[in-house]
Amino acid sequence: MVAARMRADWQYRTSFLLLFAAQAIVTGADLVAILVMFGSIEGLAGWSATEVVLLYGLTGVSFALSDLLVSPVEYTAVHIKSGTFDQFLLRPASALWQLLGHGFSARRLGRLVQPAVALAVVLPRVGIDWTPAAVALVPVTIASGFALYGALWVATAAIPFWTVDSQELGNSLTYGGNALTSYPLDVLGSWMRRLATFVVPLASIAYLPACWLLGRPLPFGLPAAAGWSGPAVALAAVLAAWRLWGHAIRHYRSTGS
Amino acid sequence: MRLYWEVVRVTARRMRTYRAATFAGVVTNTVFGYILAYVLLAAVRDGPVESVGAGAFGTRDAATFTFVAQGLLVAVGVMGTTMEMAERVKSGEVALDLTRPYDYQGWWAAVAYGRAVFYLWARGIAPFLLGALAFDLRLPPEAWLWPAFLLAVALAIGLAFAWGFLLQMTAFWIVDVRGPNQLGWVSAQLLAGTFVPLALVPDDAERLVRLLPFASMIQVPVEVYLGMHRGQDLLAAYGVALAWLAALVAAGRLVLARAERRVVVDGG
Repeated sequence: MVAARMRADWQYRTSFLLLFAAQAIVTGADLVAILVMFGSIEGLAGWSATEVVLLYGLTGVSFALSDLLVSPVEYTAVHIKSGTFDQFLLRPASALWQLLGHGFSARRLGRLVQPAVALAVVLPRVGIDWTPAAVALVPVTIASGFALYGALWVATAAIPFWTVDSQELGNSLTYGGNALTSYPLDVLGSWMRRLATFVVPLASIAYLPACWLLGRPLPFGLPAAAGWSGPAVALAAVLAAWRLWGHAIRHYRSTGS
Repeated sequence: MRLYWEVVRVTARRMRTYRAATFAGVVTNTVFGYILAYVLLAAVRDGPVESVGAGAFGTRDAATFTFVAQGLLVAVGVMGTTMEMAERVKSGEVALDLTRPYDYQGWWAAVAYGRAVFYLWARGIAPFLLGALAFDLRLPPEAWLWPAFLLAVALAIGLAFAWGFLLQMTAFWIVDVRGPNQLGWVSAQLLAGTFVPLALVPDDAERLVRLLPFASMIQVPVEVYLGMHRGQDLLAAYGVALAWLAALVAAGRLVLARAERRVVVDGG
């Protein structure tokens, strides 16, 4: 199904390329903002420009991958409202996979360009001691971040099964999460830092791993190993989202809408 | 003239039905307000930054700036104005719109102001109040700044509309307007100070950016609110905004005229 969508997209080549470029620039705007800001200030809560770009890159790549592969689940609300959701329940493949394939759009790859390039540029420059563990942590962090964002997307897309469209509410969590994790959590008031570390563990996406890589002390006296909390957090989140989604589908089926 | 007032009123009233979406929007503005306010506070923590032609920008202003800007974003329309114009071009309904006895551009301007009135009320106030729970937010230091601020906002709405109008007019020439539309609006947002307040932009670049129409969409109205523009300086700021408004509206009418000829030629 993905291949079919890609072929369809390529028909309108100019439009596709323009949108791809637009996506790349749209994501780039955040990076431009960070770089411009550092033109006028020395440090952000004690973090240098390259260190902040490290955060931006880690969370940006995770988010972009998740946006590419999982965000089509957002269309659940649209389908439910227009009554076209039932077609996904008729086919043998799981409704979730169908939704993801149906809404796939390769132009979202444009989102990946800036943070990936930024990450590649900054990793050798930010003073990391490249032990084998450090090298491993980068892909582990990105994969965990991808899974956590994906779980957030699925969980928030499951809500429209019960209420009227609140996709934008969910976007506060996904897009807001991406914005939040692009900066050192040090800038936040301590109540919000607590929220982002323990309640909705966004800290595991970029901040904690970055602290580990840079040899910085972790907040709240957490042990250095917390820099590796990504996989555990992601696993818990994915399981929770999976159950929530399954519950939502069963509820939808039983109410006979 | 009365027609356009009616359009403003009806549009504002119609928007009230989108209750759930408005609530979600308030949450979004509040969440981003919190994040960006903290980032900005950290940025100016070590000392205020000098803004070209608007005085110093420091921790006293950072949080207020963020929440007032967030409140204005959707009302002014700098997050992207309606795509309806382009859609009607694609569907061909625009041919009908162009035959009507009222001004095409004037009509859509009235719609934009109607939307803005609603959003100023619905999404301008609540995020500010919610932000005040955690931050020390300020009101304009003097009473006369309120009408001055509202005038700046009215100009901002017009500017954003005129820019959006030009972007939407590309629909007469290209099939998918989303690309130029996204590019046009992200550029506008960057240059309007929504990503980074212009005070934090290096001086030479800041001077240039302030000459463009986008600064008057968000940055300047918020600065007026904070009392950063007074006397001659304030009049100059209005002057720049007005000049650009006239230029963009005129450009829009020119493009529309050429587009109308196209519609006729294509046998519409």
